[in-house]
Amino acid sequence: MPKGDNSNLLEVKDLRVYFRSAEGAVKAVDGVSFDLKQGQTLGIVGESGSGKTVANLSLMRLIPEPPGEIVSGSVVLDGRDVLKMSARELRDLRGQQIAMIFQDPMTSLNPFMRVSKQLMEVTQLHLGHTKEEARAHAVRMLENVGIPDAAGRIDSYPHEFSGGMRQRVMIAMALSCEPQLLIADEPTTALDVTIQAQILELIKRLTAETNASVILITHDLGLVAGMTDHLIVMYAGKIFERAPTAELFAKPGNPYTKGLLRSVPDPTSEQGQLYQIPGQPPDLARLPDGCPFAARCERAEEICSREFPPFVQLTAEHFSLCHFATEVYESNTIA
Amino acid sequence: MKDHPATSEAIEGTSLWRDAWRRLLKNRLAVFGMVIVIVIALASIVGPTLISKTAGYSYDSIPRDSNLIKSFAPFTGAGGKFSWAHPMGTDNAGRDILARVLSGGQISLIVALIATLVSLLIGVSYGAVAGYVGGKIDDLMMRIVDVLYSLPYVIIVIVLLALLPAKTPVGQLAELFFALGAVSWLTMARIVRGQIMSLKNQEFVLAARATGVSTPNIIFRHLVPNALGPVIVYATLTIPTVMLSEAFLSFLGLGVRPPRVSWGSLAAEGAQNLAVYPWQLIFPGLTMALMLFSLNFLGDGLRDALDPQMKKG
Repeated sequence: MPKGDNSNLLEVKDLRVYFRSAEGAVKAVDGVSFDLKQGQTLGIVGESGSGKTVANLSLMRLIPEPPGEIVSGSVVLDGRDVLKMSARELRDLRGQQIAMIFQDPMTSLNPFMRVSKQLMEVTQLHLGHTKEEARAHAVRMLENVGIPDAAGRIDSYPHEFSGGMRQRVMIAMALSCEPQLLIADEPTTALDVTIQAQILELIKRLTAETNASVILITHDLGLVAGMTDHLIVMYAGKIFERAPTAELFAKPGNPYTKGLLRSVPDPTSEQGQLYQIPGQPPDLARLPDGCPFAARCERAEEICSREFPPFVQLTAEHFSLCHFATEVYESNTIA
Repeated sequence: MKDHPATSEAIEGTSLWRDAWRRLLKNRLAVFGMVIVIVIALASIVGPTLISKTAGYSYDSIPRDSNLIKSFAPFTGAGGKFSWAHPMGTDNAGRDILARVLSGGQISLIVALIATLVSLLIGVSYGAVAGYVGGKIDDLMMRIVDVLYSLPYVIIVIVLLALLPAKTPVGQLAELFFALGAVSWLTMARIVRGQIMSLKNQEFVLAARATGVSTPNIIFRHLVPNALGPVIVYATLTIPTVMLSEAFLSFLGLGVRPPRVSWGSLAAEGAQNLAVYPWQLIFPGLTMALMLFSLNFLGDGLRDALDPQMKKG
């Protein structure tokens, strides 16, 4: 149920998720905190291995434990700590209060089950629908996501749909129970560019209808610009910058963010060689003491490799993890 | 949201099963096997009733005329004359062998099917749980299977049947089903475990968990149907194995007891008189052999038909 007041729907505090491996503990998520209000869209941006997917899987405790472990922190959804829930409460939560859509619609639908059965299962499980109710609801959802001839095609198998349509089916499945929070993990990465915009528009429209909150995970900065209210930039399991979207693009306060923004090719300018942040993300099992980005940072100085940077508050809603956050922030010329 | 011109009604969707069926039909040996299996099965089901309605005798009718209580060769009647009455001849008590073979077929088929079903149910559940749960529990479960695998089944079945002899004929049959099925589930469990293990890391399993589906439902509603291909193949190949085992036991006198007959017990009777009245062994033996390798052809054909699809899916 959408919340009337302006309090936080989701509060994540100091989430740490480690994976046990032969080389020691891999700190996939190392102290992540953020809040999300009802109806807002949060974008989480980062390279592969930054911890964005693991952090979001932890919101529903979908991390395989072992070898993973949610070592500490709290995830409070609508006043209840997900990390302390029983198995029964978790199953009720998943699909009903929080729903997730995955990157590759090819593999996230069961290839041996008809689409109708997969859709009906969700509402039969959580809303107690009868077969007829579930089926009618499923057809409505498919129509809602724009599948032509929904009633005729609902009994097809996933491989009979195209990639874009399969993703729509996934969205229909996720939104069947009108969840308060939708987590979209790289929902358009596997799709054609022409379809990407359609899918994002669809997500935007449907979640606006129910005032659901959305967490959009992506490595593509171009996607988040039009969709999100706030942005989080993750790197090596930590939040490097947090700001309202427009501000992050206009006045980034972190060298990593600046590097990311520079890496986005500008179709209107003649660039010559494309910019690339030099180096590789660090080994999460052997993180350095100082800033994990120090080795690749343009702005880095001796203190960066020695000391872990502070999480500096730049404005009311803008934070940056950097020794020189203020300086980087101020250096932005307002175009 | 325009409809692609390519996805108009001209393209008919096929399910994976229909593709496999088409592939199976192209395999002539498999089709031959399938036809033979169906023919023998149908004959066994309706044959005995048909014979008793038309010719008036069943598998255990002993002729009243004492002159006829002897073993006639096929198509031979009293006094050595040609007769349509017994196309497969009679046994030492004058009972029609054709009726006996078909009746025996009924029993052999029922035993094989039910025993295979038992092994299927036990094997699939066991293997699916072991495969999905993994870890130490899986290790334990599979070690148990390994131990059971190494025991000689003949001795186990004989011990089971000797220790707990059933009183009623129905009880005897049920015991036989259980004994045969309880031993043949082992390979099925291993096969299913392998399938489940390769499937459980696919993303749709994570997606299902993300919608709150409980673990038993994930195993049995989402994963097991995906693993059905090899299960069907192996089940089709288990049937002849069990059939042969039952024949063997009946041959030893431990399986089906008189007055009921199965192909094995018929073979036992016939073997005693092989030198003098060879037809008593030849017909039940031939029928069973035909059934066994038809089932094997069918099973091989199914494996080929379903396998490429497994690699695709």
